[in-house]
Amino acid sequence: MFPGIPMLNYDVVVIGGGPAGMAAAVRAKELGLNVLLLDENDYLGGILPQCIHPGFGLHYFREELTGPEFAARLAKRLVELGVEYRTAARVMEIRNYSDLEKVVIFTSPSGAYQAWAKAIIYAAGARERHAFEIGIVGDRVAGVYTAGEAQTLMDIYGVMPGREVVIVGSGDVGLIMARRFALEGAKVKAVVELMPYPGGLARNVMILRDFDIPLYLSHKVVEVRGRGRVEKVKVVKVDENLNEIPGSEFWIEADTLIISAGLVPSVKKLTAIGVEIDPSTGGPVVNDRLETSVPGVFVAGNALLINDLVDYVAEQGELAAEGAKEFIENGGIGSRKWIRVEKGENVRLLAPHRLSGERDVYLYLRVARPMEDVELRIPEVGKRVKLSLATPAEMLRVKLKAEEIRNSEKLTVEVVRE
Amino acid sequence: MKTKVAIIGAGISGASIARVLSRYENLEVHLIEKAPDVGWGVSKANTALIHGGYDDDPEKYPMRAKLCIRGNRLWHQWVKELEIPHVWNGALIVATKDEDFDELEKLLERGRQNGVPEMRLVDRGELFHLEPDLTPEAIGALWVPIVGQIGPIPAVIAITENAVANGVKTHLETEVTGIKVENGEVRGVETKDGFIEADIVINAAGLYADRIARMAGIDYFEIHPRKGEYWLFDEGLPGPRRVLFPTPTPISKGIVVTTEISGHLMIGPNAQDLPQEEKENLSTTREGLEEVWEGAKKLWPQLPPRSKVIRTFAGLRPEPSGGDFIIKAEEEVGGFINVAGIRSPGLTSAPAIAYEVAEIIQRDLGIKLVEKSKWNPYRKEISHLFMMSPEGVNEAVKRNPSYGKVVCRCNNVSEGDVLEAIERMKFIGVKTPSVDSVKFRTKATTGTCQGSFCRPKIVMLLAREYGVEPWKVTLKGKGSEIGVGDVKALLRGDA
Ligand SMILES: Cc1cc2nc3c(=O)[nH]c(=O)nc-3n(C[C@H](O)[C@H](O)[C@H](O)COP(=O)(O)OP(=O)(O)OC[C@H]3O[C@@H](n4cnc5c(N)ncnc54)[C@H](O)[C@@H]3O)c2cc1C
Ligand SMILES: Cc1cc2nc3c(=O)[nH]c(=O)nc-3n(C[C@H](O)[C@H](O)[C@H](O)COP(=O)(O)OP(=O)(O)OC[C@H]3O[C@@H](n4cnc5c(N)ncnc54)[C@H](O)[C@@H]3O)c2cc1C
Repeated sequence: MFPGIPMLNYDVVVIGGGPAGMAAAVRAKELGLNVLLLDENDYLGGILPQCIHPGFGLHYFREELTGPEFAARLAKRLVELGVEYRTAARVMEIRNYSDLEKVVIFTSPSGAYQAWAKAIIYAAGARERHAFEIGIVGDRVAGVYTAGEAQTLMDIYGVMPGREVVIVGSGDVGLIMARRFALEGAKVKAVVELMPYPGGLARNVMILRDFDIPLYLSHKVVEVRGRGRVEKVKVVKVDENLNEIPGSEFWIEADTLIISAGLVPSVKKLTAIGVEIDPSTGGPVVNDRLETSVPGVFVAGNALLINDLVDYVAEQGELAAEGAKEFIENGGIGSRKWIRVEKGENVRLLAPHRLSGERDVYLYLRVARPMEDVELRIPEVGKRVKLSLATPAEMLRVKLKAEEIRNSEKLTVEVVRE
Repeated sequence: MKTKVAIIGAGISGASIARVLSRYENLEVHLIEKAPDVGWGVSKANTALIHGGYDDDPEKYPMRAKLCIRGNRLWHQWVKELEIPHVWNGALIVATKDEDFDELEKLLERGRQNGVPEMRLVDRGELFHLEPDLTPEAIGALWVPIVGQIGPIPAVIAITENAVANGVKTHLETEVTGIKVENGEVRGVETKDGFIEADIVINAAGLYADRIARMAGIDYFEIHPRKGEYWLFDEGLPGPRRVLFPTPTPISKGIVVTTEISGHLMIGPNAQDLPQEEKENLSTTREGLEEVWEGAKKLWPQLPPRSKVIRTFAGLRPEPSGGDFIIKAEEEVGGFINVAGIRSPGLTSAPAIAYEVAEIIQRDLGIKLVEKSKWNPYRKEISHLFMMSPEGVNEAVKRNPSYGKVVCRCNNVSEGDVLEAIERMKFIGVKTPSVDSVKFRTKATTGTCQGSFCRPKIVMLLAREYGVEPWKVTLKGKGSEIGVGDVKALLRGDA
């Protein structure tokens, strides 16, 4: 297809060397597949090397690690197994010629290549929402960073972004960045949260008390002012319908505004080959092997849906690898019928979307609003799981056994009061 | 003996004048700019259109009417010589009411007077053939095929590079604070960094042209700022193929809907007059942005959701008293030439403004201009990974492996592109490393993620190439530093 550029051949090409991609490549190799892992960064690990706090790996490695430690463990395994990988290698394009003929075109410091593969595992992670996307107006000045950008500056490149910080968003990432800034001696003047409840896990919300950081619930940052650099940000209170309350505006002086307003799966390379996207997750519609609507293209990690636990990300990587193995061996993921999974009451998003009923599966889902003492129910099969607390901050994961669901046409998942 | 020329302001006007004057053997041209880089004044934020020249009334605004159409024709040549990103896609001025045709007829007639070729009215059928997704309310339009779009800052950069290659000297980060006039003749300009001798001073200072004129004792005009705001959407969303205008009203050309040259749907601007003292007020406002949104919806009802917005921004038009461009040698001050009040369509007119100034120098200042035997009209665009085929990448990495390494993932900008941009910055005299300088040369940081992945990488490359600490790298010049010190600086208490 591209006569001028070197051609490589693999069973599977894994795109993205974060935890999802590394776990996928390791598993694919263990299953005897010939695999190539590509990542555009100079190092493996995806966003983990910049997450220097603990809280990673309790399920996967059964001990609490930091992000870099988690990444190093997976990378070590990868190297021990002799998985072929390239860093500083950016996938520019995917082409899907037929079920078992796919091409990944990538560029690297040694040039552009075409890597042919029978299956692709896409683990390109997510991007962060930025200030313009959440409607902040005013001056376009230095000192406005997404949380991940500030984290990269601090923990990869050793740069202190600012002195006085306002953080937009009280999800785990925002809260962890609040602590990170405080630990380095910055004054965190506020965490501003649109919703009436914090977006992060309870243990992370504690950070605010530990460091004496004010949390403004039901508030939003609407404007930034400054000349070269941020000087102040305007905050306004919102009512229960998230409408701004006139007259409630106030300014906070700060030189730094951190936007931690959520992540969006990176799927442009997939939509370009016609992969169907679920608007509620922002990631692809997948079956229980994490195969997208394009046969032989699998997806895992934050590119599938935004995960809060790296353990689930790695688990998805492995599952995608198993799917790729099956796909290559059988020339497709066979199933006589697909059981549709649908969102019921108080379920904001879920994946996978189609189940074969031939194998056990984990469902990943998030609720729409926080609720205590609830039950996750799938009425079609009489399944009930008790939960003391369900919040949008925490992704729920439930296992369904093949024999439980085998005979269903459709499953509706709801999270409701007992 | 060479005649020394000082041009104040490296916007599209000043840069174009510098290029045109660089052609002459007997001129020594200095281009003076207070910002760290060229094109960061009015020329930075505008609609980027090369207008058709049909709307300026030659009776009321003779300079604008004359220079706009001439500028349009010259741009067709300049974009080729200088490899400036552009598209010639034409414009439709859309009628939604029967009365609108009266105005369109007027524009057609004025266009004929101004010498605009190939304009004509199109009926509903042809209109929807040209632009299928236009509002169903549209009933016809005026079709102006010579309208196009360019990258305005890339244009200023390209023109300046070419001018420098032809011998123009730049003085960036050099604010003019006074003009020395002796016996009714200019002698030079005072700057924060010392005196620059000049026999001719050209005032192309955009919003501040009134202030500069006053430094020379000329105070018959004022420039006031008129704000326009914009929304820019993510790539890949359906936008029009042509530039779409509503039928103008007596006060405004109206809100444009267009797909800008990088393929992003863009809407804007509105027009809001600001007080004199707000010439730095480039902030976007809720009210202004909403006005633009509502206006754009009238032409393009299928605006994408707000979550697809990747940037909002504002620009300030330098509106002169009287409304017409003020381009002339001032009689009271010998050697002082005003290029003031260069409001819209100043971008379009710039090349013509430059030739106008050369003519003024010959005709009114009586300096016979002698052409150089060797003048280089060409300038090469920097490499762009996003324009390379995979084979091309393999050629490029043989020269330098960094051409294969992607820095900006949204726009596929390579490290090699960035390094070339930095080389070009140094070539024209950029002293303070800034991310914006790289952005305008490479398109890095302008995509879907707005730089959250690539900005730190660019900062590190700038720090290395300029030999400064990374936290001292700026976003857009002094006072916009990326950080306050190394990560332990606050704990140590030394930042
Ligand atoms: C601040 C923060 C704190 C967190 N804290 C915790 C925690 O305490 N505990 C926990 O368990 N989890 C935590 N997480 C979540 C967890 O780290 C993520 O869910 C996980 O890292 C996602 O992994 P991934 O492999 O899907 O994506 P990433 O880690 O984002 O990896 C994707 C990789 O793909 C590469 N890539 C993308 N496109 C291409 C392409 N075209 N070509 C080549 N390469 C490409 C990217 O450069 C990147 O390296 C945190 C996340 C953040 C941001
Ligand atoms: C909202 C908007 C939309 C527009 N749309 C279009 C369009 O679609 N098509 C079109 O043709 N035109 C358009 N224009 C008009 C066009 O942008 C301007 O006419 C043009 O950019 C003016 O260029 P300039 O070089 O004269 O001024 P500037 O670009 O402002 O350059 C002047 C320079 O002088 C410098 N300077 C000022 N004072 C000093 C000093 N004391 N010492 C040293 N340097 C100094 C400034 O820093 C600046 O860089 C638009 C303008 C706006 C604001």
